[in-house]
Amino acid sequence: MANAHEIAHDDHHDQPATGIKRWLFATNHKDIGTMYLVFSLIMFFVGGAMAMVIRAELFQPGLQLVDPVLFNQMTTNHALVMIFGAVMPAFVGLANWMIPLQVGAPDMALPRMNNFSFWLLPFAFTILLSTFFVPGGAVAGGWTMYPPLVLQTGDSFPMLIFAVHLMGVSSIMGAINVIVTIMNMRTPGMTLLKMPIFCWTWLITAYLLIAVMPVLAGAVTMLLMDHFFKTSFFNAAGGGDPLMFEHVFWFFGHPEVYIMILPAFGIVSEIIPTFARKPLFGATSMIYATASIGFLSFIVWGHHMFADGMPMAAQLFFMMSTMLIAVPTGVKVFNWTATLWRGSLSFEPPMLFAIGFLFMFTIGGFSGVMLAIVPADFQYQNSYFVVAHFHYVLVPGAVFAIMGAVYYWLPKWTGNMYNLTLAKTHFWLSTIFVNVLFFPQHFLGLAGMPRRVPDYAVQFSDWNMVSSIGGFGFGLVQILFAIAVIQCIRGGKKASAQVWDGARPIGLEWTIPSPAPYHSFTTPPVLDAAEAPHS
Amino acid sequence: MNANLSPNTSNGYNLPMGVTDISHEIYDLHMFVFWICVGIAVVVFGAMIFSLIKFRKSQGAIADTSMVHSTKAEVIWTAIPVIILVFMAVPAAETILKMEDTRNSELSIRVTGYQWKWQYQYMNDATGIDYFSTLAQDSNFARQLHSGIDPKSVPNYLLSVDKPMVVPSGTKVRLLLTSMDVIHAWWIPDFGAKRDAIPGFINELWFKVTPGKEGIYRGQCAALCGRDHGFMPIVVDVRTPEDFKKWVEEQKAAQQPPSTPAVAPATSPAAEPVHIARLN
Repeated sequence: MANAHEIAHDDHHDQPATGIKRWLFATNHKDIGTMYLVFSLIMFFVGGAMAMVIRAELFQPGLQLVDPVLFNQMTTNHALVMIFGAVMPAFVGLANWMIPLQVGAPDMALPRMNNFSFWLLPFAFTILLSTFFVPGGAVAGGWTMYPPLVLQTGDSFPMLIFAVHLMGVSSIMGAINVIVTIMNMRTPGMTLLKMPIFCWTWLITAYLLIAVMPVLAGAVTMLLMDHFFKTSFFNAAGGGDPLMFEHVFWFFGHPEVYIMILPAFGIVSEIIPTFARKPLFGATSMIYATASIGFLSFIVWGHHMFADGMPMAAQLFFMMSTMLIAVPTGVKVFNWTATLWRGSLSFEPPMLFAIGFLFMFTIGGFSGVMLAIVPADFQYQNSYFVVAHFHYVLVPGAVFAIMGAVYYWLPKWTGNMYNLTLAKTHFWLSTIFVNVLFFPQHFLGLAGMPRRVPDYAVQFSDWNMVSSIGGFGFGLVQILFAIAVIQCIRGGKKASAQVWDGARPIGLEWTIPSPAPYHSFTTPPVLDAAEAPHS
Repeated sequence: MNANLSPNTSNGYNLPMGVTDISHEIYDLHMFVFWICVGIAVVVFGAMIFSLIKFRKSQGAIADTSMVHSTKAEVIWTAIPVIILVFMAVPAAETILKMEDTRNSELSIRVTGYQWKWQYQYMNDATGIDYFSTLAQDSNFARQLHSGIDPKSVPNYLLSVDKPMVVPSGTKVRLLLTSMDVIHAWWIPDFGAKRDAIPGFINELWFKVTPGKEGIYRGQCAALCGRDHGFMPIVVDVRTPEDFKKWVEEQKAAQQPPSTPAVAPATSPAAEPVHIARLN
């Protein structure tokens, strides 16, 4: 950081640096948040393009477009890009933008680390995506990287491990920043229980990240050792244990699932009260429910491995602990419903996405309960039923929440209102197509179609074709999202400080002008009772 | 969808009822939990939809901002799900106990996964029968990229093999699963049976096909195992115990001349490195 002095100097100006320096040396939380969000959008389209290849090949039985190896590369990289490149960075971008504004802080606590944690990502994904051009091709062993299969990867193997390490380092630094900001930089009078719920869900998420990203790093490092240094951590012939990897991986992997949904809970808990014009019902129990989900996420990893051959006691334990998650999750859904109850609802785009989330995330929750039932799980495991389940919680779940958040706060960021009709069209078409895309996959899985296959028996043809049509539709419709966002950045009707006049937006972020000035809350704001979301 | 094409007793959009007691129990559990979910969905989605219709600002609804918390309601909607979950967990646990009870099996078969085929080695009265089972030729031709062959013209496309596993009905068959390379999973939906085949481990699985349900049952590898993961089907030919006995005799007779090399590649069972037994 030779330029540290210069950056520090720049930071004291009211105006951002010009040109590329503004972004390369960014220490401003808003600039870094913007970069995270733009990066995430690009990755969303990259991962989406891979999904289009998958759905095109699965449009009809037989292999028409891609070789099975390329197909496996697509499924593997689709998952890695969407999880680590699209969903997680989008949440970090939202955290960067909104946490300082919501707690009344001038910036994130550790701005230079913030810069570093963002700039690792383009490099990580350049490495990951360039594996398509190395001998042996891109990683094709599944994003779960199970050995021994992943050890058959060609030259892209060490690149995968290095990319995962960079993503992990980036996530950990992002999480540290969130925790330090929230713990130390809340405006006087904002006790933890008076803190906005989005900050709360992110605080818990950040602890999950710090707890599990090092576990992933350890697991992939052991893979690296097995591959290059002839260790036998996971090599049965050398006395190792391939199942151990699955345990370690899912000890990371399950909390990771909640890392991708808890901030979404926070977003929905911000949006619904605004457009229901009524406080979040049971705000404190929402916080406890989130914390319970966070805790439970550490003791349910075994449900990914029921078919691996597990002692009966472990099967029973993981079944019950998994079912328990339905309780705090249920509390959240009931509280959101109670927030709608006797409200005064209006249906602006963020509210539409939040309501879409509410319905379709709940459908994913139901299939989650079904998957917890061990005997039935033997039938569901590794079938398209699982694919349907996790896409319901991730796409109309996490992704809808992210889009809702963008539509909610975009006028605050840009100072302009976007085209509401376009955004509503985007919502309705997305909702229709996402169900056409994923609902039939439940049927495919139940009827016996395994996941991660490039071709299938002919009796699966009809539903696959329906699903592919939904997939192409959903993919195309996302261009509307990009158009709405770009138009809004370039201009439009000016937004007020409140943005949602006539609704009930509550929180410090609505007390500053729109667009949010480059430097905000340089002195801690006074928290008046009306701005505390749940006092 | 043509019922004759179906590889299992599924109707094309639901779990197959199957042909074993366990698969029936699984089906019943699945439907039981499904209908509970539907019931909850009706209540929860009903309340949401009612709110969305009744409490619209455009209809003049005024928000009740005093409604922020109710300990009573929250205790109720924490307690009721717990009770429902207990009702689901009890029958599920009973089925798990049965599925894990591999004692008193009458026929054991060692199943070994390879990239991308299965090896079946019989024990007990059928000791010595040992062969590989790979994707049938016609499917294999049709599934090549740009093959130009319509998969619909191939009988049981991707779900037929050269030599299926043959088992007797009404007999408790125990499979001992392992793998010689990467992780595979052996799955026949109609038996309610799926278990991973993992190198260095021996996993156990049992099924007992109801007498009278003899026939061909089909499934696929259910764990990503590389390039041809989608092309290593599992086919089980269930015969009456008498027919099975005849089949065993035929196989043994055929093996009298020096073993047929047609089916076995370089790996011989003697090179088997598996020595870690799983404890249940």
